[in-house]
Amino acid sequence: MPLNSNNIDPSKLPQLDKHLIWKGFLQLVPLSFFVIAFGIAFGLAAKQTGLSSTESMAMSTLVFAGASQFASLELWGPKVSLITILITVFAINARHLLMGATLYPWLQHLSPFKRYGVMFLASDANWAMSLQAFTQGKPGFGILVGGGLSLWLFWIFGTWVGLYFGNLISDPKQFGLDMVMGCFLLAMVVGGEKNIRMLVIWTVAASASLIAFWFLPENTHVVLGALAGGAVGIFWLNKKEESNSDD
Amino acid sequence: MIETTGLGALLVIGLMFLVTLSTRLGGVFVMSYIPISYRVKQFIQAMSGSVLVAILAPMAVTGDNGARLALLSTAIVMLLVKKPLPAITVGIATAALYRML
Repeated sequence: MPLNSNNIDPSKLPQLDKHLIWKGFLQLVPLSFFVIAFGIAFGLAAKQTGLSSTESMAMSTLVFAGASQFASLELWGPKVSLITILITVFAINARHLLMGATLYPWLQHLSPFKRYGVMFLASDANWAMSLQAFTQGKPGFGILVGGGLSLWLFWIFGTWVGLYFGNLISDPKQFGLDMVMGCFLLAMVVGGEKNIRMLVIWTVAASASLIAFWFLPENTHVVLGALAGGAVGIFWLNKKEESNSDD
Repeated sequence: MIETTGLGALLVIGLMFLVTLSTRLGGVFVMSYIPISYRVKQFIQAMSGSVLVAILAPMAVTGDNGARLALLSTAIVMLLVKKPLPAITVGIATAALYRML
């Protein structure tokens, strides 16, 4: 099968087929192995919180958003406040709204069915890599879908391991495993475009995030930081791209 | 308040799923009503890196020295090698090593 992913042809970028999905799946497998460790930690924590195995597995399978799942355990008990849990889950996962928006320039070329379909398994890692692929002129939806499948399956598997063999890794922190996602996301930032404009945008985003983190309601910092950074981008336009922007 | 015995827990999980799904699809839905002008593109582009920075900033500031060294070494290796996997591996190993000492 000929590989044409190196040709920079904008009309080909939104393409999505089995081959690209499989490639994306394989690309995220190494990171997904680390995700097993998080899954184990979640399965163990869910069991200790008192969720049944079915409930824990259902949560990892359906929700598939680690940080919000851990947060929901903090709020769990014999009786839970539905509104509090749902608001917390929404606040932590609101960053997905921005992820969908950032992919829209490429998503708009897909049929509505595919456009929403590819977003079902969107999470931090596969979104960041797929966006990086697009900005480098490569097709990215294979990474979003295939990578999402990889992360999802390993997350579910990890949860299962945690439920039954949870004590294998009782303290992921000791092995630095709590830093997997942080290091990965930072590598994505550092690997991206670097210039004065981006540096200012990142500084504003970081400052806004920290201010929100310390002084505003919990879990608002990611969205506010991202919007603050985005706002800088509106007013300080990237002159270089202006001439060759195509969509 | 809702009881988490029996089907109650699955109901809560089901609603958590719907809320999370709405965040995954909602951004796309809203954008389908916004014309992608040059300025909107610039906003999106600036925001995409900012999401990551906004997640990372509190992690670096409130984390232990192991976490900070992990991020620092990841950034350095990434700048030198320009490949994410070695950068992440070095970062994690640094945190583990620091916490072991």
